[in-house]
Amino acid sequence: MDVIVFALLNGTIYGLLLFMMSSGLTLIFSMMGVLNFAHASFYMLGAYLAYTVAEASTFWAALFLAPVLVGLLGMAVERWGLRKVHANGHVAELLFTFGLVYVIDELVKIVWGRTAVNYRVPEELNFPLMTLFGADFPAYRAFILVVAAAMLGALWFILNRTRAGTVIRAALVEPDMVGCLGHNVPAIFMSVFGIGCALAGLAGVIGGNTFITDPAMAAQMGPIVFVVVVLGGLGSLAGAFMAAMLIGYLQTAAISIDWSMADIFAAAGVTEATEFGRISVASLSTAIPFLLLVLVLIARPSGLMGARES
Amino acid sequence: MTCKAWTLAAGLALGAAGHACADIKLGYLDTLSGPTGGVGEATLTTFQLAVDRINAAGGVAGEPFALEVYDGKGKPDEVLVQFQKAIDDGVRHFLLANGSSLVAALVDALNKYNARNPGEEALLINYGASATELTEENCSFWHFRFTPHAGMAVNALTDYVVKQGFGKVYVIGQDYVWGRNVADAAVSQLAEKAPGIEIVGNELHPVNKVKDFTPYVQKIISAGADVVITGNWGQDMTLLVKSAADSGATMPFLTVFGGSIGTVAALGDAAVGQLYYVSEGNSNMEISAEQKALVDAYEARFPDYDYTYHRNVLALKMLKAAIETAGSADAIPVAKALEGMTFDDEFGPVEMRADDHQLLQNLYVNTVAKGLAYTADKTDLGWTLAEGGAVSKDRAALPTTCEMKRPE
Repeated sequence: MDVIVFALLNGTIYGLLLFMMSSGLTLIFSMMGVLNFAHASFYMLGAYLAYTVAEASTFWAALFLAPVLVGLLGMAVERWGLRKVHANGHVAELLFTFGLVYVIDELVKIVWGRTAVNYRVPEELNFPLMTLFGADFPAYRAFILVVAAAMLGALWFILNRTRAGTVIRAALVEPDMVGCLGHNVPAIFMSVFGIGCALAGLAGVIGGNTFITDPAMAAQMGPIVFVVVVLGGLGSLAGAFMAAMLIGYLQTAAISIDWSMADIFAAAGVTEATEFGRISVASLSTAIPFLLLVLVLIARPSGLMGARES
Repeated sequence: MTCKAWTLAAGLALGAAGHACADIKLGYLDTLSGPTGGVGEATLTTFQLAVDRINAAGGVAGEPFALEVYDGKGKPDEVLVQFQKAIDDGVRHFLLANGSSLVAALVDALNKYNARNPGEEALLINYGASATELTEENCSFWHFRFTPHAGMAVNALTDYVVKQGFGKVYVIGQDYVWGRNVADAAVSQLAEKAPGIEIVGNELHPVNKVKDFTPYVQKIISAGADVVITGNWGQDMTLLVKSAADSGATMPFLTVFGGSIGTVAALGDAAVGQLYYVSEGNSNMEISAEQKALVDAYEARFPDYDYTYHRNVLALKMLKAAIETAGSADAIPVAKALEGMTFDDEFGPVEMRADDHQLLQNLYVNTVAKGLAYTADKTDLGWTLAEGGAVSKDRAALPTTCEMKRPE
């Protein structure tokens, strides 16, 4: 019983964090067709900026300011970088964002140092919310739930229920027609890129103190963010959400259960005596997202919810 | 400096590419980037201080140590690339520790390089890689370990478990040679020392890949563990204890590397009486005026770090003594001088066992407390000797099965 409750709780939180990180990436891809390799770098910038702002004032200021700053930076990158490269096609865009990863990486090391910074959970949220089966459930994890849910709701509302959202979605399908109707399409793209980066920044603010804020965090998050987006179907926000939650649940469930290959394949005659039989499910947990990715791509190349031909 | 200037002048005058410089070059190959880069930075600072102090005191038989820094990036293949580069730069004394898999790769490369280049041999000072095999089945004449191996460190920890009368032990570690060494040593030693102790969990997790340790911590809590033994280091260490603190796990964590940077800060006040680690000593023990001056100089020069890696200072002192005894910086005479060398260290007598090149020394189990002279991670907490935590050199030593192959 406790195993199931914990796996569900932890899976939900990890899944939501993954979704926060990848939503911006899939948003940018669906709107602009740009696969932003530097997305995890914006996530890292969010964490570092939040640390700096939180040191100077409070965490609450950081929660608001850091994503805004990252968003502005993203807009600048689009305006003076991507837009220029765009004329040369998708490969040039990919290479540009790929290079950006290294630039941001080095900048972070120069500004904040090579080692982890002490970005802590704010005191107001640093208490156990409740006790479940002998383990405390930290209030900050509940806070992650709230922020992620609020972000998800706001994103859905803006895209589907506001005029701005309609224009953005229209600009995706018929950019020329939207332009003819008097909308500034480049400005729309710039703000979409900015919003996407700001979402990554927000994930950084939340993820940075849940985990560790160090220069390696972008490189570590990069692959998993792409897995989420590709698994969900490139460009599908709902797909990214499903993929993130799926990975969150599967990965935490794998850690929580005490099975080895011998238990699973006992019928096939696999025993603890063999090297294969001793492999525990928990030790495979970090491989699960990639395994899932391969399986889904074989069965359904467009991803779980992908409609776009890429 | 004078040596370099002279080389330059000679190079200009003769048009030659260079001249064998009298500097004794130390090649630092450890990780300075990536998830474990922080540990590499901290260990490097200790070498910088040790080198500068030895040079200021007249160097090694009049010649200075020169610390050459290469970033091995934490990957065996990259370490070997940097090793080759350093060899080309004239380095013959290497420093590497942060990752037993890295050290194993380098030892293998050294064995081959030395066999192929007689007269040009190089040796390795290992100041932290603790996989037992490096001084057992894979022991090498060119490798010297200045830190307790997994079995020795765990020996001190299991002694402590038995002394404190813990009943249920949970073992968790990183899924590679080092983590498995720690787990195997813990299980076998506990079975031998106190058969009544129950191992309620024995878990290995992927190395440097786990973001959220909460599920692991909840397994530990659910298993009803009284105490946890872990060999984790770097980010895996910090994240594990951070999750434990967040989940309200109050059982002690007996660690090998809990003293590494950031761990105390991550735990905060929860570290008091909960976090333990085994080391060659700590600055809050009764230390000599000379040692105090060393620690103060370090903390003044590197305010971001704590003086944790005393072994690095010891290793260079012994290397200096060996070069002076041998009358040469060449690897073979230096290695022969290091074999069996005894030395009076700050924290007790030490011996470089000739059989397997493993340093034998007193070990101390430390824990976290408030109100100490030297604090950790810029908190108000510091490391202090745990009650009954001292393990003598002879008690800490374990037998070896190494069959050392020595050059003619």
